Amino acid sequence: MKGFWRRFSRNTGAVIGLAVFVVVLILALFGPWIAPGNPWDMAGAPVSPPLSDPHLLGTDMLGRDVFSTIVHGARVSLVIGAVSTAAALLLGVTIGAVAGYSGGIIDDILMRFTEFFQAIPSFVLALLIVAIFQPSVASIVTAVAIVSWPPVARVVRGEFLSLRSREFVQAAVVLGKSTPAIVFREILPNALSPIVVLASFMVATAILLEAALSFLGLGDPNVMSWGFMIGSGRSTIRLAWWTSVFPGIALFLTVLALNLIGEGLSDALNPRLHDRGES
Amino acid sequence: MDLSHFLRFIAQRLIKAVSVVIGVIILAFFLVRLAPGDPALVIAGQSGAADAQFLDQLRQQFGLDKSMPEQLFIYLKGIAQFDLGYSHRVQRTVASLIGERLPATILLTGAAFLFAVSVGVTLGVLAARRVGTWADSLITVVALTCYATPLFWVGLIFILIFSIQLGWLPALGMFTIGADLSGPAFALDVGRHLILPALTLGLFFMALYARLTRASMLEVATQDFVRTARAKGLREGPIVRRHVLRNALLPVIGFAGVQAGTLVGGSVLVETVFSWPGVGRLAFEALLARDYNLLLGVFITTSAMAVVINLITDVVYALVDPRIEVGA
Repeated sequence: MKGFWRRFSRNTGAVIGLAVFVVVLILALFGPWIAPGNPWDMAGAPVSPPLSDPHLLGTDMLGRDVFSTIVHGARVSLVIGAVSTAAALLLGVTIGAVAGYSGGIIDDILMRFTEFFQAIPSFVLALLIVAIFQPSVASIVTAVAIVSWPPVARVVRGEFLSLRSREFVQAAVVLGKSTPAIVFREILPNALSPIVVLASFMVATAILLEAALSFLGLGDPNVMSWGFMIGSGRSTIRLAWWTSVFPGIALFLTVLALNLIGEGLSDALNPRLHDRGES
Repeated sequence: MDLSHFLRFIAQRLIKAVSVVIGVIILAFFLVRLAPGDPALVIAGQSGAADAQFLDQLRQQFGLDKSMPEQLFIYLKGIAQFDLGYSHRVQRTVASLIGERLPATILLTGAAFLFAVSVGVTLGVLAARRVGTWADSLITVVALTCYATPLFWVGLIFILIFSIQLGWLPALGMFTIGADLSGPAFALDVGRHLILPALTLGLFFMALYARLTRASMLEVATQDFVRTARAKGLREGPIVRRHVLRNALLPVIGFAGVQAGTLVGGSVLVETVFSWPGVGRLAFEALLARDYNLLLGVFITTSAMAVVINLITDVVYALVDPRIEVGA
């Protein structure tokens, strides 16, 4: 653990990313105390420019405080990012592990299935799913998870394929250990580091995807989100640029922070492998 | 690769492409049926025209009184004849609506792709040749930044800077309405409208190709045949161009195919931001009106587009790389 932290902190970008992420996390956790009140409510005169007291980042056409919407949007972004990534990991690890461990025709079928999901425009599929099942946090999480598991399956399959033939796994087989024991105790712990690295990039992508969906008006109508604010400020950008610009900066910084953390994790967990192996 | 091998390779890829498209249609079919409620109601949506007669017509069109496999067969047969259904909202067939918008989307994604590949590969080569210097770091930072920027937001920022503040480029649409231009003047007008959307859509992929080219160049540069070229006394320029770059480009081409779906999906956002009259903008309009028939049509069409791009890159890859395994 100490060695891990030393390698991680050698990457300046990763440390900056972590610091930014902690700030976003604090906003998400303590939002109601940092910016009290309902972010949907009118808080002041409409179209107040930034730095006009007490609206640090101004207000939008309906008098909503932009800073308050950013604070409340952090929670939604992080929750959707985390939950959909967890769901995608569950799906991807299961499919990848079964494919890589069984090999043969099962592997063939599962990989065709995975390729199929990679070949189609995932954003349009996500759009369709959310539109048909009506926008809600649950439908957004489902849609994001359904379009983001394929890379996990591919990576996990690759790890399982190569680990399965390693000596310590062969030894476990010879010792008569059960398949679940081999999979969960021997192979999976050794395949964990690429999964962790991938997960941090996936949270970033999931947050972007949620923002894009809300931007198009497919966000959960009950929760404030950054994408919604960018979208709602779009038509009045001539009049009130700050309504779209500031939530966008929040989104950009969060995604950048997660990407930097991912790079740092990659350096720290695979000291010899600097390539991300994007596929 | 000789001709018969090549033809067999093409045939295999074609079969794969067709099966993906069939898979997409089946997926679309089941998505509508998984939705809560009567599929006819789902398809009719909130288009405001869900009168009993229209619902009956939909039930008949989709054969909702028949068994599931029969319904699927009817649906597949319809699409094989380019019948994507009818949009009650605008009183036109979905196929004609999409056909009308397709050229604009092809122009936009094509331009974005060309920009992303040319600039991305150039930046990647520059970074790899100056690895460890400030130029390399700068390119890496630019790539990381483009990587993290939400493209719909960048589009807005571009409009804010280049259209509203500086007044250099038009913000919305594909051509100046009412200008009634023709010939070269029209092409120039479309070109001016194309710059900002193409740039916006291409930025993320440019970053991707820059990083990929850099990594791939550095890897190829350590291989034996490059050392041999150097030992022969070749100058650095020809080595980079003929030996390193040519081999380093292979993974970039392969990756371009994999990313085709993301490119086409991104056009939905970019077309919405810039009011570009393409298929993506059509998807947004369908979304606003809850016109699911149209939305399904867009899903199937954009998937087919991604599959075709994938097919083209596969063929290009095979032509460029003689080592490719046929049958893989």
